[in-house]
Amino acid sequence: MNYEVVVGLEVHVELATKTKIFCSCTTEFGGEPNTQVCEVCLGMPGTLPVLNRAVVDFAVRTGLALNCEVACCNKFDRKNYFYPDLPKAYQISQLYLPICHDGFIEIGKSETCKKIRIKEIHMEEDAGKLIHDADEINTLVDYNRCGVPLLEIVSQPDMRSAEEAVEYIEKLRVILQYIGVSDCKMQEGSLRADINLSVRPVGSFELGVRTEMKNMNSFKAIARAIKAESERQIALLEKGEKVIQETRRWDDSEGQSYAMRSKEEAQDYKYFPEPDIPPVVISQEQIDATRAAIPELPDKKIERYTQLGLTDHDAEIIAGSVYLAKLFECTYEVCGNAKEAANWILVDLLKLLHDSAKQPEDMDFNFDSLGKIILMVEKGKINRGTAKKVFEKVFEENINPAEYVEDNNLGLVTDTDTIYATVETVVKDNEKSVNEYKSGKTQALQYLIGQSMKALRGQAPAQTVTEILKDLLN
Amino acid sequence: MKINNETVAYLEKLARIELTDEERVECCSDLQDIVSHMDILSELDTQDAEPLSQSFSAKNVMREDEVKPSLDRDTALKNAPRVKDGFFSVPKTVE
Repeated sequence: MNYEVVVGLEVHVELATKTKIFCSCTTEFGGEPNTQVCEVCLGMPGTLPVLNRAVVDFAVRTGLALNCEVACCNKFDRKNYFYPDLPKAYQISQLYLPICHDGFIEIGKSETCKKIRIKEIHMEEDAGKLIHDADEINTLVDYNRCGVPLLEIVSQPDMRSAEEAVEYIEKLRVILQYIGVSDCKMQEGSLRADINLSVRPVGSFELGVRTEMKNMNSFKAIARAIKAESERQIALLEKGEKVIQETRRWDDSEGQSYAMRSKEEAQDYKYFPEPDIPPVVISQEQIDATRAAIPELPDKKIERYTQLGLTDHDAEIIAGSVYLAKLFECTYEVCGNAKEAANWILVDLLKLLHDSAKQPEDMDFNFDSLGKIILMVEKGKINRGTAKKVFEKVFEENINPAEYVEDNNLGLVTDTDTIYATVETVVKDNEKSVNEYKSGKTQALQYLIGQSMKALRGQAPAQTVTEILKDLLN
Repeated sequence: MKINNETVAYLEKLARIELTDEERVECCSDLQDIVSHMDILSELDTQDAEPLSQSFSAKNVMREDEVKPSLDRDTALKNAPRVKDGFFSVPKTVE
């Protein structure tokens, strides 16, 4: 029998606010354990959480960028569970009235694009970090992450393959980066996905029994987990067995998922309305203002870039990264040559990134430098070979291109008098070769050209040098 | 709603406590009393009443996104049953 894979994703995104969702502790990543905690996020008795306004703003912005409806009246709910990653023994989340609902993301090319529906987006707090293997007897807990604001973005089960799931989450990630609500660094855990997966015979409209795999934090792991889990479920059904609804842990190094042995037999969160946070009412004016401030998103950028003369493929790669897009636009603004800007980014920059094992987000130089280099080539101040070297220096050390060319004497020699004088000296100093040339050995000319170019640091037009040389010899 | 031994066993599990047999009997009848008392409320017609989650009328109580100093770590760890290398140390949660 042929089977169809049905995937829905719950994506948790840490918001790029300065402070936690309910207290004023910093959200900075990588602090010493338990140095970014206070009475509120440690859940001490008698403390009162106060909602961070920026979290609501970011949530509304996200919802609008993902084509959602925004709920005007918001409440929070208390999700009770007993586990040391959350010292209050409950998580403040939104169950009954999520801030955004019914949106979508389009994946695939414009002709064959597919809508992946978004069911809802809700605000909640992250939990602390448990370290199980540092100590033999005990689990160690760091609460710095506890209370960091999260959006949980829940899709409908609209994806039918690992590829579609990865495409969805990549698109989601780049949109979130464009609107500036999260850095979405998967290696730092600021974007994590839970996979809900079931299989069913092709043509069936009923959903199969699903399993859940939690906290996937790389695109590759997501793709591998979906492939392996769908194969596992299909094999079970083929044997006449049943899929059990359960949470499974994906072991990426083993390439296999395991049923989680849960100490909590009953998942009873005893949800009830959170009494500590008053309702949040979002006005239509606020929604309109937020909508107006949403920057150009990747689909629109691709359209605009192709109008500037880029191929679809090039436009997609550049618009697919908020950092490449920023560099491209800045470069285009400086040099006014979109194709050249794209070439430099797609050939030279990508190679530099690849060779230094860096990501576009690691670029650390003035974004107007590339445009300036392109202008110098166009104006005949430097040749393309020099430009490459200068750009490497920009990439590595953020040098100022014009100053660097000046200080290192890399500019093209365009002044004919200088070239003439240099070639004249070469002719004087190489009497032997001059005589050889005059006696008919044409190869000697190549040698003299070489010597002249060397004297000019290779920075003079070869044609001008040859012409002057022939002139002097004849 | 009827409270029976199973309900009590389930609540024990959720609350991470273990009762003696006598305590279970006592708990069962206490809980039954409480729940029966609450059942009186169910007799009211709440068809047209909005659910109330807040007993006061405040709304949009929010703060600006500005960092304030956190506790120093020694103070933060003061109530911890055990501390190791700046971490709270708790019984192992995974096997």
